[in-house]
Amino acid sequence: MHTKSLTQLVEGLRSGEFSAVELAQWYLDRIERHANLNAFITVDRELTLAQARAADQRASQDAPPLNGIPVAHKDIFCAEGMLTTCGSRILGNFTAPYDATVIERFKAVGTVILGKTNMDEFAMGSSNETSYYGPVRNPWNPELVPGGSSGGSAAAVAARLAPAATGTDTGGSIRQPAAFCGVTGLKPSYGRVSRYGMVAFASSLDQGGPITRSVADAALLLDVMAGFDPRDSTSVEQEAPEFTAALGQELSGLRIGLPRQYFGEGLDAAVQETVREALKVYEGLGAKLVDVDLPNSELCVPCYYVLAPSEASSNLSRFDGVRYGHRAEHYDDLMDMYMRTRSEGFGAEVKRRIMIGTYALSAGYYDAYYVKAQKLRRLIADDFDRAFEQCDVLMGPTTPSTAFALGAKSDDPVAMYLNDIYTISVNLAGLPALSLPAGFDARGMPVGLQVIGRYFDESRLLNVGYRYQQETDWHDRMPAGIE
Amino acid sequence: MAWETVIGLEVHVQLLTRSKIFSGAPIRYGGEPNTQACAVDIALPGVLPVMNVEAARMAVKFGLAVDANINRRSIFARKNYFYPDLPKGYQISQFELPIVGAGHLMIDTPSGEKHIGITRAHLEEDAGKSLHEDFHGMTGIDLNRAGTPLLEIVSEPDMRSAQEAVAYLKRLHTLVRYLGISDGNMQEGSFRCDANVSVRPAGQQEYGTRAELKNINSFRFVERAIEFEVERQVERIEDGGEVVQETRLYDPNKHETRSMRSKEEAHDYRYFPDPDLPPMVLSEEFVEQVRATLPELPQARQQRFESDYDLGHDDAAQLTADRDTADYFEAAVKTSAGEAKTTANWIIGELSGYLNEENREIADAPVSADMLAGLIDRIHDNTISGKIAKEVFKAMWQGEGDADAIIEARGLKQISDSGAIESIIDEILAGSAAQIEQYRSGQQKVFGYLVGQVMKATKGKANPQQVNEILRKKLDG
Repeated sequence: MHTKSLTQLVEGLRSGEFSAVELAQWYLDRIERHANLNAFITVDRELTLAQARAADQRASQDAPPLNGIPVAHKDIFCAEGMLTTCGSRILGNFTAPYDATVIERFKAVGTVILGKTNMDEFAMGSSNETSYYGPVRNPWNPELVPGGSSGGSAAAVAARLAPAATGTDTGGSIRQPAAFCGVTGLKPSYGRVSRYGMVAFASSLDQGGPITRSVADAALLLDVMAGFDPRDSTSVEQEAPEFTAALGQELSGLRIGLPRQYFGEGLDAAVQETVREALKVYEGLGAKLVDVDLPNSELCVPCYYVLAPSEASSNLSRFDGVRYGHRAEHYDDLMDMYMRTRSEGFGAEVKRRIMIGTYALSAGYYDAYYVKAQKLRRLIADDFDRAFEQCDVLMGPTTPSTAFALGAKSDDPVAMYLNDIYTISVNLAGLPALSLPAGFDARGMPVGLQVIGRYFDESRLLNVGYRYQQETDWHDRMPAGIE
Repeated sequence: MAWETVIGLEVHVQLLTRSKIFSGAPIRYGGEPNTQACAVDIALPGVLPVMNVEAARMAVKFGLAVDANINRRSIFARKNYFYPDLPKGYQISQFELPIVGAGHLMIDTPSGEKHIGITRAHLEEDAGKSLHEDFHGMTGIDLNRAGTPLLEIVSEPDMRSAQEAVAYLKRLHTLVRYLGISDGNMQEGSFRCDANVSVRPAGQQEYGTRAELKNINSFRFVERAIEFEVERQVERIEDGGEVVQETRLYDPNKHETRSMRSKEEAHDYRYFPDPDLPPMVLSEEFVEQVRATLPELPQARQQRFESDYDLGHDDAAQLTADRDTADYFEAAVKTSAGEAKTTANWIIGELSGYLNEENREIADAPVSADMLAGLIDRIHDNTISGKIAKEVFKAMWQGEGDADAIIEARGLKQISDSGAIESIIDEILAGSAAQIEQYRSGQQKVFGYLVGQVMKATKGKANPQQVNEILRKKLDG
């Protein structure tokens, strides 16, 4: 059952081959069996089964197609009545009293919440090691990291513990773990998916999206997730097209831009080789390759590490122990309560970013850091605009290397940050991008191909990914021992 | 040495929107704690602000009323600081680009009209309240007020005395109530004032070091706090010390200001544009729509009252001090055949007296403008005298009906039949030989006594003018 695609599961439920309860049970059992991966923070068997039973009762010809499909959600989305920790101790006791728009939309089409997946604390990390609830292990090799911050979702989909999952991406948090775990991840255009109910890390960069086995499945999920939400002022007031309907079109004449800066120094040779092979597949489909320039690429990481922490330092101020979440047990006065609560509640990486952001916004430094970074952000977005004058999509590696060992980069934040060198600029420019499984390195670890689209051009982007998966079977490969 | 006072004011005006500035929660004063705070107001993880257009409309209305520049593109910024009643750990405000730019107000001073510059006005959200009583060593937090829209109006340092500051505040207070954008209720905190005060030797160009006075929430306190602070600063300088830049709290009980925090202790608010809210862009059409809803403004109305109704400056100023009073006046004048001046006198005198005594607003006075007009008509056509009119007014106030009904029921109709008056006078004179003698020997004041006797005999209903005429004729005849 766990080898079936979403489309096959929809068929199975519709034909009565199995019920939503049986399907949910199957996956719940798998989650239990592979608990060593630590992909989930919360699994509420009773709640999941109750939702599945309700789906079975609804099941009829009129029920929405995804009725009864179990989906795992990153623990950053508030789901009413469920623990929503965001990977942090400070929200360790926080039961959300409301549904995020994304959760609401999934409920509206009848899907079942399979559980809440593990993640880097407040989505700050590229390895899932900053989670208060312990690191997630990579299903392809449990000694390696799954990537982050949506590492739990990527590992769950790779290990077939969930047919599909949601994630969020602020600087690569969907695409990088998708690449490390050999699954498909889509970061939609900024404003495509509502952020309401998604715990904020960096508001101007965060975007929710699907993590799935295939592009076809991702399109199904995006159809559910996308659309204007009046509760999110940054969501774009534009009707989302039916993404599944755009799949399967010919690619002849497609112009693929190859940013010179994405194939330079620091790129692992095996990753480079794998990406080149993927490009040959596209050439075989009639696409043309064009070299393009993104001259400000090397400034993306510094730009991001000013802007994202600045926003985060402010977004995380609400976690003060006053109204909900962790509060220190003993304290002398208000200031002491704040300090103890936040010292105990936040992990080292989160504290580091709060401090960086607080510094960058403080009087006397604001112009030199925040304002300058905003200007850079404009330049970076302009680079993409110019590149897209010459091509329809951009392609390159998702990450400079494949998954690394647990602990290998925990003490070197800059080395960790450089993991996102190819993904960060996409968030700064607000563009949509996919990571596709494109092969394996010599150690047998998955390599991701990144495809970047024009703003709000997800339909084309998904079609480009879909056509590749019709020609290759990398996305159908399963880690050994997962059976 | 002669000292000059320099004052600039920051006024927080609570806007009369039905819901909060960034959430759909209702706004009502005095609800049970935390019953009017939704997920957005208590800053649950994941919630987002959505701008209430009504608040922008009100801000623009104010801007247009003070001839200000309306910024077609304004930016919301986060003002970051920790406080238990500030749920997000930041306040959404406007910093670099406020919705309302430079404008001005005119105030009356003893030496004539004076121009007071308005630097800017920006939108922001209010915080909640910390409750320090009833919690046994702990603090309670009520977030009902959190997210209530405020318009912060910042003046130029153009005022030179506490009296000018109060005149400006009163003008502003009248204006926001006229515009219908605030109830201006100072007790409930809908109209709050901070004052920046400094002194300098008369004639000096540079400003002195200023202190910011907080917590001055009545016109009287503003005046007293500024006067106290000016005295404190002057004394300090004259004693060879200097004024330090700081925030000071006014204590109305002790009538003093005391230091709250120094410049060094001032917060670094780390303002930056709120990434959850795109820049607010106002179309030409929007601004014009708001302009079309502007009422006649108090100063224009005052001038019109002076010219159209021939009222004095003070009467016109009093009648236009709030919109309801001015509306009441105009409604009464319109339906009455009497003189506008009489109507003005009745409103400023009798009506205001009753309202003050019972602490009521003119909008819910038991005597409506129509009723007052009816009363004035009866004075005008000599049905009753001014004195009887006061009795009728009281009866109207007590709900006994309109003027005509009361006059009828109580038999208050004035006696204007000269035959009837004459026979009463004859009766009085018949028994007043001594007084007649006195009068004729030159004691004029006896005349008053005799008029009094006639009025007493008629229970005040005799037309006084006729009584005077006939009596005079008979005595002098």
